[in-house]
Amino acid sequence: MSTATGPSARGTFLGMPAVPPRSPYGTGHLRGERTFPRAAHDELGNEQLRRNLGKATHSIRAKRLDVTGELPDWEALRDAGSAIKTDTMNRLPELLEELERKVTEHGGTVHWARDGIEANEIVTRLVRRTGSDEVLKVKSMATQEIGLNEHLESQGITALETDLAELIVQLADDRPSHILVPAIHRNRDEIREIFLRQIPGVDPALAATPAELAAAARAYLREKFMTAKVAVSGANFGIAETGTLSVVESEGNGRMCLTLPETLITVMGIEKVLPRFQDLEVFLQLLPRSSTGERMNPYTSLWTGVTPGDGPQDFHLVLLDNGRTAALADTIGREALNCIRCSACLNVCPVYERTGGHAYGSTYPGPIGAVLTPQLAGMHAAKDDPNSSLPYASSLCGACFDACPVKIDIPSLLVELRHQHTEQSGTTAEKLAMKAAATVMKQPKLFTAAQRAAGLGRVVAGRSGTFSHLPPPFRGWSDSRDTPAPPKQSFRSWFASADGAAAMRAAAQDGARHTDDDSQEAQ
Amino acid sequence: MRIALFATCLGDTLFPEAVKSTAVLLARLGHDVVFPPQQTCCGQMHVNTGYQREPVPLVSNFAEQFGDPSIEAVVMPSGSCAGSVRHQHELVAARYGDAALRAGVAAVKTKTYELSEFLVDVLDVTDVGAYFPHRVTYHPTCHSLRMLRVGEKPLRLLRAVEAIDLVELPEADACCGFGGTFAVKNAGTSSAMLRDKMDHIAGTGAEVCTAGDSSCLMHIGGGLSRIKSGTRTLHLAQILAATRTAPHVLTEAAR
Ligand code: SF4
Repeated sequence: MSTATGPSARGTFLGMPAVPPRSPYGTGHLRGERTFPRAAHDELGNEQLRRNLGKATHSIRAKRLDVTGELPDWEALRDAGSAIKTDTMNRLPELLEELERKVTEHGGTVHWARDGIEANEIVTRLVRRTGSDEVLKVKSMATQEIGLNEHLESQGITALETDLAELIVQLADDRPSHILVPAIHRNRDEIREIFLRQIPGVDPALAATPAELAAAARAYLREKFMTAKVAVSGANFGIAETGTLSVVESEGNGRMCLTLPETLITVMGIEKVLPRFQDLEVFLQLLPRSSTGERMNPYTSLWTGVTPGDGPQDFHLVLLDNGRTAALADTIGREALNCIRCSACLNVCPVYERTGGHAYGSTYPGPIGAVLTPQLAGMHAAKDDPNSSLPYASSLCGACFDACPVKIDIPSLLVELRHQHTEQSGTTAEKLAMKAAATVMKQPKLFTAAQRAAGLGRVVAGRSGTFSHLPPPFRGWSDSRDTPAPPKQSFRSWFASADGAAAMRAAAQDGARHTDDDSQEAQ
Repeated sequence: MRIALFATCLGDTLFPEAVKSTAVLLARLGHDVVFPPQQTCCGQMHVNTGYQREPVPLVSNFAEQFGDPSIEAVVMPSGSCAGSVRHQHELVAARYGDAALRAGVAAVKTKTYELSEFLVDVLDVTDVGAYFPHRVTYHPTCHSLRMLRVGEKPLRLLRAVEAIDLVELPEADACCGFGGTFAVKNAGTSSAMLRDKMDHIAGTGAEVCTAGDSSCLMHIGGGLSRIKSGTRTLHLAQILAATRTAPHVLTEAAR
């Protein structure tokens, strides 16, 4: 029954008491091969990558601040976005059923996919039915997440990405490194070279300007738009009230795919549903401003089922769970499902800025990725699961929380995930050390003794008064930082000493004298 | 006002000068400064690293030491520790504490302040009578900036310091890369963040980089020391505590 459709046999686990399943291990792109620190280490060595990223994120950041700053009701909009999303998550089962009803009423077909494996099978079956062995893709995070392109390829079906940045990544046989700007890690010259190498018949005099590069891609894609029979898209929003789906983009290539082919298959994560059509008013303001720093994105496509004689005549909506119900079942995890994938948190994140998206090993990089990925796919599916390193890939600086248009408290969610991780991972050396530290620190006598012992470190530190090399696990720290040796006297012993008492008395007298001066001056 | 000073475990052990300055400054402003001697640590490092069971005794000790109703305010020279007391203690108490702990935590939370917000918001002073004739740049630490929203308060205090040459730090609100155990677990990424912060500091030509958190200053200062930069780090309290009659040693050395 895994690919059954219709309300009676749906494959999601909404409302069921059993622990809902996560995205299955070994499928899709929700898990890298290395832990974050290891992957980051390699990326940090790539100067070009850091320059490309630094430049791109700084310019989007500045644009975002400009266009959000000019709205007097920006904070109210964020509150509204957050409230609508919270309400949505609280009634997700009922809203999804409403969406299914409306889509069906308007001539579409709804499929429920428990996970990526099911979703891939459904899409493959639908594509086969059209007799085509080629599909056009509209940029979609959900299909990235489940590895649809790779699956289709294994089934002899070619998937062609039509979003300019996705196309660059696909042609370069690379992986996206950003939610919104998948090729953010590439600069123009690199893109020009990729095109020259991969697109047949490209003018060798192609200039490395955005306009010329976009034109070259468009020329390449044009013929495909006219001939393709089937397209696969994601969805930014699915409106329960009307059964309307929406894709928001800036190049118009998506719209070509959404209107020209005979068959349209949309794969949508179940959290993308919105209750009312009117809710778009809020999100169509929040999303473009947060993601590209534009007041409005150039193309917003909305479609409702099938319109006879116009656009695709066969429309399918695949509702994807893939770990979302598991996140929803977690009181803390459910907040992460509010995410509208605007990527504002990536663009302001100092960690993302240095490491780039590949270090996160997932379709969802950056701060929200560090939260979402472990929730969708779990942190313990494999020994030394790389996903368990993601909640620690943050300095908890809070810039993401400030930037998020739906006010997701990412730092707190990261701290919670860290807690879940330590609770699940049993006794470790770190846990023992944390316990020991707490034991010492809860007893002031022991703490004072430890301070005294630490003071002896001065002898080891030698005349410079600093340590320049520390043993593991602090070796990475001491590679680029000196550490001061504790001074002879702690604050508490100074405060309790005659010196301390004298200094405090002198300060009080000094203050009193000044106060007297002041009052005399005032007279 | 009867003020209890929380030294923070890091300040008490590694950076006593910052805490001494805080104590002296508050005394100079005419307040009765007490130091509950049983205090230790707020448990922030534990919570941020993913441990909420282990710091329960620390949270409960904090609530006990500072719960005394005769204490009108709990002041600390650290934005991140104040943030921990205000935002994390409740979390720990709600999950692993009993009703008494939850009540204790809630009571202490409302009278807990980071130094600059205490001076500006509670005492309503910006000119604390300080004298510091040096070029200084200010780094707003992330937790002061985004958890406590101290905003311009530290800068207002610094601007009122006599003879100071206060210069703006480019990209001031970018994290220095410390993040507690982040600097150990992700040392490479942290170092890359630190490098940019140090470049920006160097660009200001400041003699001193100041901030409201000894932890971030330990990170930045450790980096500056490693590259043998001429710039040094001082806690905001150390600048505010320096006067014409009792100048900072930096000033004395310059004479
Ligand atoms: S978490 Fe917030 S800022 Fe980040 S992508 Fe999602 S909606 Fe945007």
